[in-house]
Amino acid sequence: MISVEIPTILRTYTGGERTVAAQGPDLAAVVTSLDAAYPGIGDRLLEGQVLRRFVNVYLNDEDVRFLDGINTAVTDGDTVTILPAVAGGAHTARVR
Amino acid sequence: MLKISQELVDQIVAHARRDHPDEACGVIAGPVGSDNPVRFIPMINAARSPTFYEFESGDLLKLYREMGRNDEDPVVIYHSHTATQAYPSRTDIAYASEPNAHYVLVSTRETGTDDGPSEFRSFRIVDGEVTEEEVTIAAGV
Repeated sequence: MISVEIPTILRTYTGGERTVAAQGPDLAAVVTSLDAAYPGIGDRLLEGQVLRRFVNVYLNDEDVRFLDGINTAVTDGDTVTILPAVAGGAHTARVR
Repeated sequence: MLKISQELVDQIVAHARRDHPDEACGVIAGPVGSDNPVRFIPMINAARSPTFYEFESGDLLKLYREMGRNDEDPVVIYHSHTATQAYPSRTDIAYASEPNAHYVLVSTRETGTDDGPSEFRSFRIVDGEVTEEEVTIAAGV
């Protein structure tokens, strides 16, 4: 079992739960199992097949961007932490 | 309404001036549920840009773990605009992800790195809706 830490803004999907369980064997499967349990949450994490640019996902202490991204392997006992980027700025170019 | 001490306001403004012309950013944490900003945590702007800010991803994880251990919320999330007014941009609104936080904006467009009156404003940003709120500065700490 993979333990997933859910940020405040996504707890509307999890009925207020901060930590939920998900299944591997990789991060893509974790997101699929999360979305099956909490419909709609997957779309908040993925854009197409890749992680959204302004959602940070960590496997234990490591940002998965520095691992294998959505293909990062996970094993029982791992913790996945989701944190929306804290970002912004005066730049007014179109944002997705 | 945001209620904040003069000392914390001064720390935010000083950080904004120090990093001008790049945007400065950080958090003031406070006890969970208190809505009371207490602990000043300046962050590094990983973008090092005059038009964008982003907390570095490793620092972000450390910050949230630390707040979790201390039973703290990010009561205030602040950043500076260095050439425009202290009002949330479209980018700020698109990425705002803490519906319970006070989003504080400071503008250094008039003063740059110098002393002087600064724009200091606070907003709620929830589901893409911006609501400005009153800032009450408490004299004591």
